[in-house]
Amino acid sequence: MNHSTNHHDISEALQAQVSRAAASKEKLNIKGGNSKAFLGLINPDAAVLDVSQHTGTISHEPTELVITARAGTRLEDIKQTLKAHYQTLAFEPPAYGHDATIGGTIACALAGPAKPYFGGARDYILGCTVLTGHGQILKFGGEVMKNVAGYDVSRLMTGAMGTLGVLLDVSLKVLPATSHTTTLISNATAEEAIEQLQALGGMGLPVTASAWHNNKMYTRLAGSAGTVAAAAEKLPGSESNEPEFWLQLREHTLPFFTRPESRPESLWRISVPALTPPLSIAGEWLYDWAGMQRWLVSSADANDVRNACSAVGGNATLFRADKNMMQSTDIFQPLPVPLMKLHRRLKQEFDPEGVFNYQRLFPEF
Amino acid sequence: MSQTLFKDETPEIDQQIRQELITRFLAFMDDESVLREDEDLFPYESDGLAVYRQKPPLVVLPETIEQVQQILKICHELKVPVVARGAGTGLSGGALPLKNGIVLGMAKFNKILDINTQSRTAVVQPGVRNLAISEAVSDFNLYYAPDPSSQIVCTIGGNVAENSGGVHCLKYGMTVHNVLQVTAVTIEGELITLGGTADTQGYDLLGLIHGSEGMLAVTVEIVVKLLPKPNSTKLLMAAFNSVDVAGDTVAEIIANGIIPAGLEMMDKPAIVAAEAFAKCGYPTDVEALFLCELDGTDEEVQEQLQQVESLVRKNNATVVHIARDEEERMQLWKGRKSAFPAVGRLSPDYYCIDGTIPRRHLSRVLQQMNIWSEEYGLRIANVFHAGDGNLHPLILFDANIDGELERTEELGAKILELCVEVGGTITGEHGVGMEKINQMCVQFDNDEITQFHAIKNAFDPDTLLNPGKAIPTLNRCAEYGALHVHHGELPHPDIERF
Repeated sequence: MNHSTNHHDISEALQAQVSRAAASKEKLNIKGGNSKAFLGLINPDAAVLDVSQHTGTISHEPTELVITARAGTRLEDIKQTLKAHYQTLAFEPPAYGHDATIGGTIACALAGPAKPYFGGARDYILGCTVLTGHGQILKFGGEVMKNVAGYDVSRLMTGAMGTLGVLLDVSLKVLPATSHTTTLISNATAEEAIEQLQALGGMGLPVTASAWHNNKMYTRLAGSAGTVAAAAEKLPGSESNEPEFWLQLREHTLPFFTRPESRPESLWRISVPALTPPLSIAGEWLYDWAGMQRWLVSSADANDVRNACSAVGGNATLFRADKNMMQSTDIFQPLPVPLMKLHRRLKQEFDPEGVFNYQRLFPEF
Repeated sequence: MSQTLFKDETPEIDQQIRQELITRFLAFMDDESVLREDEDLFPYESDGLAVYRQKPPLVVLPETIEQVQQILKICHELKVPVVARGAGTGLSGGALPLKNGIVLGMAKFNKILDINTQSRTAVVQPGVRNLAISEAVSDFNLYYAPDPSSQIVCTIGGNVAENSGGVHCLKYGMTVHNVLQVTAVTIEGELITLGGTADTQGYDLLGLIHGSEGMLAVTVEIVVKLLPKPNSTKLLMAAFNSVDVAGDTVAEIIANGIIPAGLEMMDKPAIVAAEAFAKCGYPTDVEALFLCELDGTDEEVQEQLQQVESLVRKNNATVVHIARDEEERMQLWKGRKSAFPAVGRLSPDYYCIDGTIPRRHLSRVLQQMNIWSEEYGLRIANVFHAGDGNLHPLILFDANIDGELERTEELGAKILELCVEVGGTITGEHGVGMEKINQMCVQFDNDEITQFHAIKNAFDPDTLLNPGKAIPTLNRCAEYGALHVHHGELPHPDIERF
């Protein structure tokens, strides 16, 4: 078992702060590395609950494919710990900054280009310790792959944006890293790319990422040298000379994402079912996840974007935009009424005083 | 019926309410869909855990979503409990009827509504059999991955309720990893859609409903993910003179970056029983045996097979055999898959445990089980999903011998508590149901159990959906008052336990 040396357990202090806040009906913004502060609304009047000092890998058992770490542990440190054993977080979480923490990674549940092939954050969470709005520290799930005792609270916390409780530590399934990757590039229109990228996933080939931008289709293959070479021969396209493409796509450092602050367009994250044809919203598009996650840079009206997405069974998140746009628009697509009712009730059961991350996820709470 | 664990203390249903239910159900369902005579009700008195029985006062068999909504609305109005049921193959008493509630049988929801070979998804009704999905899409070179051993008969709706696993979980996940969307009806009769074919927003209610044992909502439609069949599949059998070495070898395979599609281990009693039953070619003079299945591209499988073979040889496997062809591969699997009935031939009854442990504690747990086996005078055979740490000890007993079932239950409870003690769980894939409800008090403390009840309260404030299952009351935990091992904190940490 490997223990990180950088161990700080501040759960008692966090618990005390939450209990005080609940008693005085004060609101708290949960903060890890602050790398995803742009996502969702931050209540300017709330105090900060700083989890970034709650750090340390509690255990990493390479032969069990499990790592458990305190929520403030930096994602970068987790990746280094895993890398030493040729292991990885298979859902390729974006960091969006040097200080991203594992707690924030799970709370936001963002996933990188590997998502359609390996799943998202919710597919790797095995267990967690949560500090609820009642000021209680509770443990759910565990460190084993199969566990159906009690409701799956760990998955409920994944992607809840901290609105149900503070993650104190998380246990994640990890996978072996692949030794070789290669990326193939070929020319394709958006329509062709959507069809071809979806078909690729059904060929039993070691495809681990697929994207489209500027009439170019990108396909990543990964595995052993022999596996990758054999698969590359079966597919069209030439080998890419953009080795950083997937990293830049994941971290939003491609030129597509890095626009001058002065430009008024918003960045939308659009999620649609497989094989959804191109949407007719004006702007620049980049497709990831075989076309199921689409990035749109556009100055289109928010309602038009949302309506176009709803019409095809998808949804839109206002990912990055100027302050006015963020404050005048729902960041996440509003939910159908019966689902919102359940969300509100769950919020009530975990955080009755509404302490955590007020309006970060939905304006209702 | 066992008295040690299962005591239904709920009152009988009020006869007037029963009559009102019948009248109101018959207003929108035909006579054959509202079962109310004893001879029709008896088949529903238990699920796959047949030691627990309770004849339900009423069984309804709807065939449309609207009917399910109406039934639930009526039950909600009259405050009548509802136990949803698929094929009734569950192994933990999750579908055990209640004296004061109805059984909602979903058997008529047995249609595959749509298969999309391009998006590789299928829309199915909850009463569709697990295996029927793979059969229906086989010609398109696709399959549905989770394969619980009851897959010939168990239904996909039940799989969602239990978050069922199978032998391929380490690589392909459990039901929750292979379902994209669930449409369900709440106790208030509202239709909700959880998850979706696009990446959805908000809380992961799709994750939450998996494994919720029919206590949050009733599933009426499911969209499953289909996978392309692997281009190549190979099976290697390795036998060892020591369980420890077999377990260490499994750890080494994984440490080498190989994720087998299936990795199944058996101990000697299970091997001997399986070979006698299935004549599948297992060596019987060994202490442990595992089947390691590798799948993927031809190149990948060939490389990994060589790695696994050299590892097992280095660790002095006494038998190493790679299935020559598909026929032999199926033959070797047949032994493992018939392990339960094979063990069943050795003894009038057997009791299957479902604990999961961190694999590194395998030999400690097996040693302790051997000690208890002698202490209790009950034989134990072990089959083990070695890849993911899910143990299935089978305790052999004879229910006709006075007190033997009770002793078996006591031994089973001890094994589950040991699983928790070493950092595992009381149930990997069979669910808590009625069977393991006391052990929930060992795995979780009162505050955690209270939070589980709070989640149920968000969906079902009147506790009408499968009440009394899966999550114990705090009173029950107080009564059980077991040796409480929680979060790895032992009551007397200074005492050596193994």
